[in-house]
Amino acid sequence: MRIPCPLCGERALEEFTYLGDATVKRPAAEETDPKAWYDFVYLRDNPRGPHRELWHHLHGCRAWLEVERDTLTHEVFDSRLARERGTEAK
Amino acid sequence: MTGERSFRGAEGGLIDRERPLSFTFDGREMTGYAGDTLASALLANGVRLVGRSFKYHRPRGIFAAGSNEPNALVELGTGARRTPNIPATMAELREGLAAASQNRWPSLTFDLMAVNDLLAPFMPAGFYYKTFMWPRALWERLYEPQIRKAAGLGRPAMAPDPDRYERGTLHCDILVVGGGPAGLSAALAAGRTGARVVLCDEDFRLGGRLLADDVRLDGRPGHAWAESVAGELAGLDNVRLMRRTTVFGYYDHNTLGAVEKVADYREDRAADVPRERLWHIEAHRVVLATGANERPIAFTNNDLPGVMLGSAARAYVNRFAVRPGARAVIFANNDDIGATADALSNGGVEVAEVVDGREGWLVKRALGRRGLRGVELSDGKRIACDLLCVSGGWDPAVHLSSQTGVKPVWDADSFCLVPGEPRQAEVSAGACAGRFTTENALRDGAEAGRAAAAACGFDDKAPDQPAVEEPAAGNLQPIWTVPGKAKRIFLDFQHDVSLADIKLATREGYTSVEHLKRYTTLGMATDQGKVGNVVGLAMLAEERGVPIAEVGTTTFRPPYTPTTLGAFAGYNRQQHFQPVRRTPLHDWAERRGAIYVEAGPWLRSRAFLQPGEDLFAASIREAKATRDGVGLCDVSTLGKIDIQGPDAVELLNRVYCNGWKRLPVGKARYGLMLREDGIVFDDGTTSRLGERHYLMTTTTTHAGPVMAHLEYCHQVLWPELDVQMVSVTDQWAGLAIAGPYARKVLEKVLPDEDLSNEGFPFLAAREMELQGIPARLFRISFSGELGFELNVPADYGPAVADLLMRAGAEYNIVPYGLEALDIMRIEKGHVTGAELHGRTTAADVGLGRMMSTKKDYIGRRMVERPGIAAPERPSLVGLVPADGTSPLHGGAHLLPRGVPTTAENDEGYITSPAYSPELGHWIALGLLKNGPDRIGETVRMVDLVRGADIPVKVVSPIFVDPEGKRLYA
Repeated sequence: MRIPCPLCGERALEEFTYLGDATVKRPAAEETDPKAWYDFVYLRDNPRGPHRELWHHLHGCRAWLEVERDTLTHEVFDSRLARERGTEAK
Repeated sequence: MTGERSFRGAEGGLIDRERPLSFTFDGREMTGYAGDTLASALLANGVRLVGRSFKYHRPRGIFAAGSNEPNALVELGTGARRTPNIPATMAELREGLAAASQNRWPSLTFDLMAVNDLLAPFMPAGFYYKTFMWPRALWERLYEPQIRKAAGLGRPAMAPDPDRYERGTLHCDILVVGGGPAGLSAALAAGRTGARVVLCDEDFRLGGRLLADDVRLDGRPGHAWAESVAGELAGLDNVRLMRRTTVFGYYDHNTLGAVEKVADYREDRAADVPRERLWHIEAHRVVLATGANERPIAFTNNDLPGVMLGSAARAYVNRFAVRPGARAVIFANNDDIGATADALSNGGVEVAEVVDGREGWLVKRALGRRGLRGVELSDGKRIACDLLCVSGGWDPAVHLSSQTGVKPVWDADSFCLVPGEPRQAEVSAGACAGRFTTENALRDGAEAGRAAAAACGFDDKAPDQPAVEEPAAGNLQPIWTVPGKAKRIFLDFQHDVSLADIKLATREGYTSVEHLKRYTTLGMATDQGKVGNVVGLAMLAEERGVPIAEVGTTTFRPPYTPTTLGAFAGYNRQQHFQPVRRTPLHDWAERRGAIYVEAGPWLRSRAFLQPGEDLFAASIREAKATRDGVGLCDVSTLGKIDIQGPDAVELLNRVYCNGWKRLPVGKARYGLMLREDGIVFDDGTTSRLGERHYLMTTTTTHAGPVMAHLEYCHQVLWPELDVQMVSVTDQWAGLAIAGPYARKVLEKVLPDEDLSNEGFPFLAAREMELQGIPARLFRISFSGELGFELNVPADYGPAVADLLMRAGAEYNIVPYGLEALDIMRIEKGHVTGAELHGRTTAADVGLGRMMSTKKDYIGRRMVERPGIAAPERPSLVGLVPADGTSPLHGGAHLLPRGVPTTAENDEGYITSPAYSPELGHWIALGLLKNGPDRIGETVRMVDLVRGADIPVKVVSPIFVDPEGKRLYA
């Protein structure tokens, strides 16, 4: 598999580590409902098809990326720096 | 009497008659020529019986001429280089090659296990599931070992592999897989444009079927055309030709795997020549020109030595000038009949009869015991022969395209599976796309090469096509099997799967193709059913009464052909399994007698042995000398992360569970990091070196993960924080100086610094200069003694260590290793990886009070869960033997007295035992249910592995200097 890194270009899978679902958001510090935290820490969907995921370019520029990938075909649709999340895709 | 001369043509063939090669088969001396495969050389020497089948031990001969060979598997090489299950058709002949038949006892011609064949009626598909059910106990003790002994393939080498394997990565515009007419044509079209082209072929000679068939291109023999194209390609700088290279796997995004044989065909194996290379290939476009495998027609006893694919017979005659028999019958359902008949006649093989199945005339049965002696036809006629050439049509080699996840589809016009719509940037050209003639292959290849180059931005100019003269082909009428004795009609030769097995499986309801495969093992042998799978699918369709297209195929997975594990292991063997990290003080320590221990990726000094000392004695001596005087320890392996920026403190405050806002410049603090689930992640000290400048230290093993975690926190969770971080672990050597005289030693090497207790109190941290080099000094201690940690640029480590040793000589300074450090930290009740093992909370290890209640931090909310905060969780205690003398064991369990030794009564375990030189007996840290409330109680240490059950007393985990008098001295 090849993953495009916005800083380094397209690189081989071996340079990256995988964290998983990028759509979960850490609850606000004030959140005291245990369920919200439980959901964040433990619960992940396992969708078949397009999915937003966090990848770390560990053996490269060490940027955390948010990659949109089809879990069935492994097609990569989009890749952006995690710290620029919420901004529009380039 | 048979010899090389009897079956080798006097002239012709693509062999080098100037270079005779001697080799052995089952110890018999034979000769062949350079350019032979083991299979062609065996046939030239009159060898027909080459192996025994997997299950029934039936005699088997050479059936094919390429990587589709199901029968002729041999062991190659001897001793540590013995490699089993190599198709003789894929073994390139070399001087001195030692080959042996396999799966026979005591010999190939007289195999006692052939009794299995007589028992075949009792061994249908899945027989072992049914027959050996009772009594159950016998399965492990009797049935399985016996079945394993009787069935099987070759024997692996029993000694470590003496060879080297390399690994490489290739990037190219266009990868062409296969060096037949389609592949050569594609590579030529693409190569001439200037695109970077890689062409791989599993054979040692390029040309594919052009080497085996009587085809003329522009009036020249096909092999001559192949040679001239190969010559042109070899002259292009942008083209790389890789012979003996099998592309075995097609992965996502045009990543492919290939194995190149490098040393196996060489007579001189220089030590620097690897046996194989594993190639990771990244290609913009892929042209698959993998050709096709001929399929047989199945009939009774169709596995006898002497029965051979028509295409294979042509290859032996044309390419190797070998007669695979003296008198042949041809049985086919397509126009390949003509090509086979011509080749055999030209090669000096008498063609006794041509049985054209399309006329309803069939070969019903092969006659003979250890080899073919004749055939019986459907009209009852018998013909004597020692060679039967069978052609049932061609199966495109759709393996690689199918590995991309595209299911092959049944082409009802050509009666074969062809590749589905590509999902990656690839195209199938020629026979592997179901377009079988040489002319199609050349045209397809040229177009595929041109289009691929154009897609990569290169000018497209299609090369002129050579004029092709080739024998008639095609006009196939499907004939899959000839009715007869179903148990002797073999579909998968290598696994002895017969038509009867398919029928049985269908009767028993295993009608899905995936179930059929697993129940009968059809296509599960080392050849993965390249010969028989499609016939098997056709029979399944017939049994179910559905069209073949409806049956589908099983999933194609890598590898295309068997691949050695050595190639995958590559360099990563034994001590090279992972890179070794050595500290700046590694050699310095070695000169002082250090022995090392692996700590994460590092080698750390474990102890400094003096003459006559063992590890135990040395570590006790080092610990004692440090507590009584002063010691020096290499702590360079601790992770060091430089953190800078206005929000550095905010980041620390969020990743550590304790507070950081009030840490002044020039001070260090112990920090504890949790995971988001509330479990302890890592610990270490972090020092504030400047207003916005911090230096974090981590444990040795977690240095990498903590860095990745900080990056995650900063980039993913809180990108708004204005902070930067970088690992500086390798930039600094770390030296711990501990013991009552530590200050005195340091004062000698840092005369300008005030290191008094007032000027440099406990947890002070300061940047300074040491004889003109930058240094960082921290007053921290893991041993519990008056202690400092000195960081200097890595390259200065040994020199500074020498300086300290000289300065400390008058105080009898000693270097101490990890073992002594461990003893001292256990005496102080300091936790390390043994306690922070990914299952303990801060409260479990006695650090519960560190967790702030005033701020958000990673793990904050999850430690509030009732279960994880429960007091009955095993938590940190000290333990001493009740008798004052017995040793304590790491990993031993703690149980109350007077209860049965059962898992239900288990209350904890020992994490860190040590012999305490300070106290003169064994001590240990452990995790015990309700631990802190049970100080003074006596429990049992139960060690069922090493055999111990002794009373131990629960005590405070701080054994030495609980008030910290030494620490603050």
